[in-house]
Amino acid sequence: MTPLARSAAGPSATGWRPSFAWMKVLAAAPLSAKLGLFIVASYVAVAISAPWVSPYGEAEIVGSQFEPWSARFLLGTDNLGRDMLTRLVYGARNTVGIAFASTLLAFAVGGVLGIFSAVAGGWPDHLLSRAIDVLMAIPQLIFSMFLLTIFGMSVPVLIAVIALVDSTRVFRLARALAMNVVTMDYIDVARLRGESRLWIMRREILPNILSPLVAEFGLRFCFVFLMISALSFLGLGIQPPTADWGSMVRDNATLITYGDVTPLLPAGAIAVLTIGINYLIDWFLDKSSGLREGQ
Amino acid sequence: MMKPGILLDVSGLRIEGESGGQWQEIVKGVSFQLDRGEVLGLIGESGAGKSTIGLAALGYARPGCRFSGGQVRFEGRDLLHMPENELRRLRGMRIAYVAQSAAAFFNPAHRLIDQFIEVLAVHGFADHAAAAAKARNLYARLGLPDPAGFGQRYPHQVSGGQLQRAMIAMAMAGDPDLIVFDEPTTALDVTTQVGVLAAVRSAVRGSKTAALYITHDLAVVAQVADRIMVLRHGQTVEEAETQSLLHAPGQEYTRRLLASDPVIRPERAAECHLLEIDNLSASYGARRVLDAISIRVPKARTMAIVGESGSGKSTLARVITGLLAPDTGTLCLDGTVLAGGVDQRDRETLRRIQLIHQMPDTALNPRQKVSEILGRPLMFYKGIKSEAAAAQVAHLLEQVELSPALGDRFPGELSGGQKQRVCIARAISADPDLIICDEVTSGLDPLVAEGILDLLSTMQKQSGKTYLFITHDLKIVAAIADTVVVMKNGEVIEQNGRDAVLKNPLSSYTERLIESVPQMNSGWLDALIAREGADARNPEDRRFP
Amino acid sequence: MRNILVLIANRLATGMLTLWIVSLIIFLGVSALPGDIATEVLGQSASPETIVAFRTRLGLDLPLHERYFAWVSDILHGDFGISLANHRPIGELVFGRLSSTVDLAVLAAIMAVPLALGLGILAALYRNGAFDRAINLLTLTSVSFPEFFVAYVLILFLSVKAGLLPSLAGFSGGTVLGRIEGMVLPALTLTLVVVAHMMRMTRAALIGVLASPYIEMAKLKGVSPIGIVTRHALPNALGPIINVVVLNLAYLVVGVVVVEVVFVYPGLGQLMVDSVQKRDIPVVQACSLIFAATYIVLNLTADILATVTNPRLLHRR
Repeated sequence: MTPLARSAAGPSATGWRPSFAWMKVLAAAPLSAKLGLFIVASYVAVAISAPWVSPYGEAEIVGSQFEPWSARFLLGTDNLGRDMLTRLVYGARNTVGIAFASTLLAFAVGGVLGIFSAVAGGWPDHLLSRAIDVLMAIPQLIFSMFLLTIFGMSVPVLIAVIALVDSTRVFRLARALAMNVVTMDYIDVARLRGESRLWIMRREILPNILSPLVAEFGLRFCFVFLMISALSFLGLGIQPPTADWGSMVRDNATLITYGDVTPLLPAGAIAVLTIGINYLIDWFLDKSSGLREGQ
Repeated sequence: MMKPGILLDVSGLRIEGESGGQWQEIVKGVSFQLDRGEVLGLIGESGAGKSTIGLAALGYARPGCRFSGGQVRFEGRDLLHMPENELRRLRGMRIAYVAQSAAAFFNPAHRLIDQFIEVLAVHGFADHAAAAAKARNLYARLGLPDPAGFGQRYPHQVSGGQLQRAMIAMAMAGDPDLIVFDEPTTALDVTTQVGVLAAVRSAVRGSKTAALYITHDLAVVAQVADRIMVLRHGQTVEEAETQSLLHAPGQEYTRRLLASDPVIRPERAAECHLLEIDNLSASYGARRVLDAISIRVPKARTMAIVGESGSGKSTLARVITGLLAPDTGTLCLDGTVLAGGVDQRDRETLRRIQLIHQMPDTALNPRQKVSEILGRPLMFYKGIKSEAAAAQVAHLLEQVELSPALGDRFPGELSGGQKQRVCIARAISADPDLIICDEVTSGLDPLVAEGILDLLSTMQKQSGKTYLFITHDLKIVAAIADTVVVMKNGEVIEQNGRDAVLKNPLSSYTERLIESVPQMNSGWLDALIAREGADARNPEDRRFP
Repeated sequence: MRNILVLIANRLATGMLTLWIVSLIIFLGVSALPGDIATEVLGQSASPETIVAFRTRLGLDLPLHERYFAWVSDILHGDFGISLANHRPIGELVFGRLSSTVDLAVLAAIMAVPLALGLGILAALYRNGAFDRAINLLTLTSVSFPEFFVAYVLILFLSVKAGLLPSLAGFSGGTVLGRIEGMVLPALTLTLVVVAHMMRMTRAALIGVLASPYIEMAKLKGVSPIGIVTRHALPNALGPIINVVVLNLAYLVVGVVVVEVVFVYPGLGQLMVDSVQKRDIPVVQACSLIFAATYIVLNLTADILATVTNPRLLHRR
C-alpha cells in the first residue's frame, strides 16, 4: 500500500485498518520470518506457563542420576536426578527472562545517554564518548567475568553487570543514529523555537530512530542471551539450583562422550531462539529500510 | 534505412525503474537522432528522465532500472542488445560520460592522470608515455593550471571546477564520437561554471565529436547545443533547433520554461531599519567565517544577501538566529540588543525571528504530521489549545495556498513545493517580524520556485514582514530584492539598493558575479570569453594556485 | 605524509591512554571489594594478628596510589604477583598459558581468514543472487549458535561418532603433531564461530564500495569486471577489510575462553575461569589485564591500518 493511498482512506478507516494491514504484512513475510515469529512466540508461551506445563518442580530430585529417556522422564534426568524436561522448561523462563531484563536495562541506560550525548554536543558528548570508548576497550566477556568476581554472582548483580557492559554498545548506536538526526534542519527549527532538550530527544529524535533501535534491541538481546549462557556454562552466571540452559550443558556434558545428545538440547534451545530472533530482525530491517526508501 | 551521417539513433526508448518492489515506466517512448559533431541538449525538470536517457546512450541502466522497449542504435548497432564485452569496447573510447559530481565519480585511490590513462589502457593502447602526453595536452587545452603537474594530484586535492574539467579531459581521452554530459555544471558556483562551460565548448566545438548535453537550465544549454529537446515525465515535449526553440517555442510547457525567470518587482525605498548588525565576526573553531560584518536590514522590505559557496552567507543566518554565537559584534532587533546564543534568548525573541531552510526535506520531521508541525508553534508561543489550533492550522494552510486536508499527511507524502509551503506556513505561524529565507528556492524546479517567490511576495504585501533572502541566484535578487548585500570570503563587498548594485556594481567581484549568470541568448558565453580573454575564464584557478 | 604520522601518533597516544585507564579500572575494581583480600583469603575466623601480617606481606597497608604504582611497575617488570590459590608467581602461570592461547587463535585465524574473505567477496560480487541468499541464511544461523553448542556438536560427530579427532586437547601427548591434532577441534570451533561474522562484515564493506559512483564511472569507461574489482574496488575496500580481519582476530583471542573450557585446553581463558571460581583475585587481575591489553593493541592496529590504507587520509592536500 502506498503512503498516499493510506492517507486517502481517511481517518474513519483507521480504526480497523492498521491491524488488518499488519496481518497482510505478516502474510507477505518470507518463510524465515514466519518461522522466527513462531519460534519467539512459542518460547514466550513456554516461559510464561512454565509452572503449569512442566511435569515436576524446578529443583526437585525425582530419580537417579542420568536416567535415559522414558515415559516417566521424557528426556531423562540430569546429573543430580532432576527431570531434564522440567529444567528445560524452567530454563526458558530464567535464561530468557534474565537476558530480557538485562537488555531492557542496557537500552534504558545506553539509549538515553546516547541520545542525550548527541543532542547536548560539546564537552558532555566528548566526555561521555571517551568514557564509553574506554569501557568498550575491555572485551565484554572478560569485563563481565572481572566484575562478577568482585561483586559476587547473584541474579541482580548478573543483570546489572551485563546491562552495564552491553549499554556501551547501545550508547554507541543510539548516539550514531541520533547524530544523523541532529544534523537535520528540523532539529535547528525546534531549538530555534526554544524547545527543551528533553522535548527534542523525545519528540524530534526518538520517533526517527525507533525502528533501527528496535532491530538493535533484538540483536543485542541475542548477544546478551548468548553471553549469559556462556557465563552460566562457565559456572559464573546463573547459579544452582536455578535451572538455566548454559549450566545444564556444562553439568551434563559428560553424556556427550557416550554419544548421548541430551546435553545438546539446552544448547540447541539457545541456538533456535537466537536464530528465530535473527530471522525476524533480518526481515524487519528489510521491511523498514524499504519503507524509508518509499517515503 | 539510416542516413549515413547519423551517429546515434534512439527510437521508442522505454525504461522502467523499481520503487517499493514495483516497476514503473520512467522513460516512456523517447526518440531522437544525433549526427556526427552535433550537440543535442536534453532539458527538463527533475524526474523528467533525462539522466536515465543519457546513460542509455552508453547502453547502461543504473541498478534498479531496466530497458523495457525501443532501440538505441550507435552506428547502426543496437546497444540495448549488445553483449557486455562489445559494449565495453565502445564505452569510454567511442562513447564517453561526464558526470554531475566529479568528486564522487573519480576514484579517490588513484591519481587523476592514471585514471585518464586507464581509459586508453583498457582499450588496448599500451603506450603509457603517449597517453600521459595526451592528458597534459588536454589539461592545457581545458585551461587547467600547471598542466604538466596537474595529473599527479589525487581527486580530493583539487577544487570542484577543476575536477569537473579533469573529467571532461578524461572523457576526451579516446577521441570519442559521442560524449554524454550529465549536468556537468549544476553543482558549481556561477563564476566556476563559466570555466567548465568553456571546457565543454572546447570539447565539442569544431570537432567531429557529438554530444548529449543534459541540464535543467535552458540558459546553459543554449550556449552549447545545436538542437534542444524538452522532456517532461519521461516524454518528449518538443524538439527544435536552439534558435527556433528559444524564439518560437511550439509548446505551452516550453513557453513556461522560457518564462520561468521570476517576474521583476519594483524596488522599494527603505523607511526604517528592523535589524542592525554591527561589526559582527564569527568562526567555526579556529576558522573565521564572518569578518566584521555590518548590515542594516530595512523594515517591511526584502534584503538579499548574495554570495558564492563559502562566502559566509548561510553562517550569517545562523548567527542572526542564534544557532552560532558570534565572537564579537552586536545584533540589534528593533532597538533591542539580542543575546548571542539561542539558549540565552527568551521565547518572545525567538518567536520574532523565523528561519526557512533550503531543503524542505530535512526541515520537516518525517514522523510528524503537517498538523503537528504547524500546530506546535501555535501552542508553544501562544498557548493555543489543540482544538483551537486545528482551525488555525487549516487557516495557515490556506494562506500558503494548500488544501487544509493536507494537515493529515506526513511530509513524505507531499511534493517538494508543498513541503516548502509547509515550512513557510510554520514560519508565519509564529507571527515573526523577520523571516530569514536561506536559499528557499534552490532545491526546487524553476516553475515551482516561481510559485514560492510569488507566495512570499504576496504575503509580504499583506503582512509587512521583513525578509532576509539568502541566495546565490542573481535572477532572484533582480526580481524580489529591495536592497542587496554582496558577500565574499566572510566579508561584505557591497551593500546598496538593488538597482544600484545590479546596474552599477562598485566592485569588480560583483561585476563578475553578474556577468557569469547565463543569459538565454546563445551568444552570451562567446561574448563573455571574447571580452575577458582566456585567463579570466577560470577565476578559481587563481584562488587555488 | 607528515599529517598521517601525526594522525598515527595521535591514535597511539589514545591507545596508551586507554590502556592506562583500563589498568586503573582493573586495579581500583578490586579495592572496591567488600572487605578485602586478606579476610577473603584467610576467612572470617582468622585472628587480627594474622590478618595484619598478611596485609603487610601483600603491601595492603600502603595508601591506594602507592599500591597502584607498585603494582604497575611490578607488571612492567614482568612480575604479576603471587597466586592466592597455589602461592606460585603469577608470571610463570600466565605466560605459558598465554602462548597456548595464542597458538590456538593463530591456528583458527589461518583457517578462518581466507575462508571468510573468499566467501565475503563472492557474496558481494553476486549479491542478491542465490549464492548470496543461501550464504546469508547460513551465516545468520551460525552466528546464533553459542560457542559451546558448536563445540559439542563437533565433538559428538567428529570425535565420539567418527573417532577422527581427540575431544580433549590437553591429553594428546607431548609431540608437536599430537599437540596440533588436539588443537584441530577447538580451532575448528573457533573458525565456525568467527567466519560468519567476518564474512558478513567483508560483504558489507565491499558492497559499500561497489555501490560508489566511481565504480559506475569505471563501468562507463569500459573497464572489465576483473579490472573493476582489482583496480577500483579493492584499493578502497582494503582498509575496511583489514579492519574486519583484525577486529575478528581480537574477537578470537577473547572468544577462546569458552572453547578452552569445553576442550580442557590449557590456555589463559581456562586459567581465568578457574581463578574466578576460586576467587583468586591477583590472577583474575592479571588475566583481565592481559586480555584487555591484547584486545586494545589489536583494535589499535586495526585503526592504524585503516588510516594508512585510506587514500583520502594518505594523500592530504
